[in-house]
Amino acid sequence: MSRPLLYLSYKQDMALLNTPAKRWWTLVLGLVAVALPFLLTDDLLVVLATACVASIGAIGLNIVTGYGGQVSLGHAFFLGLGAYTAAALSGDPDSTRLIGFGITSLPVWLLAAGLVAGLAGLIVAPLAARLRGLYLAVVTLGLVFIGEHIFKHWRELTGGVGVGRPAAVPELFGFQFAVDGELFTKAQKLYLLMLVLLVIFGVLARNLVRSRTGRALAAVRDRDLAAEVIGVDVTRYKMIAFAVSSFYAGVAGALLYVMIGFVEPGSFNLGMSVQYIAMVLIGGVATISGSVLGALFITLLPRVTRELPAVLPFISGSSAAGGITVFQVETILYGLLIIGFLIFEPRGLFGIWIRVRTYWKSWPFSH
Amino acid sequence: MTATQARHSEHTQESTPVLRFEDVVLGFEGVTALNGVSFTVNQGELFAVIGPNGAGKTSIFNVLSGVYRPQRGAVRFGGEDLLGRRPHAIARLGIARTFQNIELFSNLTVLDNLMLGRHHHHPYGVLAAFAWLGKAQRNERANRRAVEEIVDFLELTQWRRFPVGLLPYGVQKRVELGRALASEPKLLLLDEPVAGMNLEETEDMARFILDIRDDLGLPMVMVEHQMGLVMDLADRIMVMDFGKPIRTGTPKDVATDPDVVRAYLGEEHRVVEKP
Repeated sequence: MSRPLLYLSYKQDMALLNTPAKRWWTLVLGLVAVALPFLLTDDLLVVLATACVASIGAIGLNIVTGYGGQVSLGHAFFLGLGAYTAAALSGDPDSTRLIGFGITSLPVWLLAAGLVAGLAGLIVAPLAARLRGLYLAVVTLGLVFIGEHIFKHWRELTGGVGVGRPAAVPELFGFQFAVDGELFTKAQKLYLLMLVLLVIFGVLARNLVRSRTGRALAAVRDRDLAAEVIGVDVTRYKMIAFAVSSFYAGVAGALLYVMIGFVEPGSFNLGMSVQYIAMVLIGGVATISGSVLGALFITLLPRVTRELPAVLPFISGSSAAGGITVFQVETILYGLLIIGFLIFEPRGLFGIWIRVRTYWKSWPFSH
Repeated sequence: MTATQARHSEHTQESTPVLRFEDVVLGFEGVTALNGVSFTVNQGELFAVIGPNGAGKTSIFNVLSGVYRPQRGAVRFGGEDLLGRRPHAIARLGIARTFQNIELFSNLTVLDNLMLGRHHHHPYGVLAAFAWLGKAQRNERANRRAVEEIVDFLELTQWRRFPVGLLPYGVQKRVELGRALASEPKLLLLDEPVAGMNLEETEDMARFILDIRDDLGLPMVMVEHQMGLVMDLADRIMVMDFGKPIRTGTPKDVATDPDVVRAYLGEEHRVVEKP
């Protein structure tokens, strides 16, 4: 084909990978992603696996906030619901301390976690349909505090503060992911599992946002009155956005603690919600690949800051020592990055990528 | 829908109007926007509404598309009563409109904006959208084909992939008309289609409006300030003042009506008939 950008059918034009460049990039990225477990150490693989899971959660938040235009601070609540649904379903049924059903099959508890969180999202959604902007942000903020309270005090489910409970057990048709095997280590297996799940949920989300549902969400975001007048049921689509987003959060929550093997009820707090908002803003609002970039960025950030005390002596590695700690540096960096991106590149990392792409497309001409 | 079919239906349904607006009263806390407005729009007719600022022209559109709910009166479209229906339900019945100040989805491309106009054509559910298999793909393609016809008709080909927020004003107006047309409406409402346009853009728009009437046989209601355009295009005109129609008739009748002249030009400029 000498003219790769000549489309002969709408099907070609509407395909996900509709240019040779996209196809090549996807192939290269895919190969690199599959090769990584054999190149990196296990502790880095665990971080990358966590980034894959965080990406699923960030995609969920981007669907409601980026595409649907409704700011939600309640993402941590839905992540928590997913985490505890999965942990309880796959938990030890003989335990006297904790609720457990012994269903360790991954597809079952993963779907259940998504559905429970999605259902909770649907229950909250009528509020979202009536509120917007800051008001919605405050209501969803309340959700996080309600969730935190429940998680801390429902000891049979969560184990209570400081104790926690084991996370969900990933098992697929008798194959255990969370134990070292003969061929692969635990970290390698978990990384590959999370990568596959990210690809599945990423492609599903990409399909959704290019469909009539995705267009309707964007229409509601850009101009809800016009959307209503051209025949989009605004209330319905706001509810869909919330339900889908919560489903993704539930799935991500269920997987998030599988790597560590342990869920602590205090972790589903406002800080976690802010982290996900940072992923969406830094990665790129209303893009799926941007969500993945943002999640990678935010998840890898602590790894980088942890190296700082060795380089900069005035930063200390623990709160016991004096001076500024790495955790404070991290928090400051979140803030600075969000502000920086909002001012200089509101389209986030994805926007920077677009700029680079445009530059090379038109090289050596500047316009 | 071919022109001959449209003309055919025009002849068979000439006796029953497409739209019947009956004695509608609409008020907002002390201000009466519409005070007993009645009119009918016939099949294939271009019906214009004119009047000074604040006469209630846009209020008529907002009642028609379900944004405002009048206190009294009836609005019948085809066999259906429109009052009390939500805007998206009214759109589904076949009423499409453009807005006085452009209300496009500025981050989306021209194609996506037009595709949104076809939101209720060839629908499919959320789960089908996730999977993007047979039905979703087929329906998307069917809608895309229809949208490309509109793109062709309104000469938007070169802008198709641009986010509409970046387009010139006149083109945005055209995209908005396209979005309304994409929904294959049975009645088209145009709220100041040439407001703020230069001469060339105005002539383009006039040509498109005439094409829509002649090729598609689509009944239209148009609110417009530019009298030249209204007098040239409209089949019938309703003149409004202070929420009340003061005259309804052909452009010729309206232009010479003393009440109309008084509302528009003031008392002193009364037309003096030469002996």
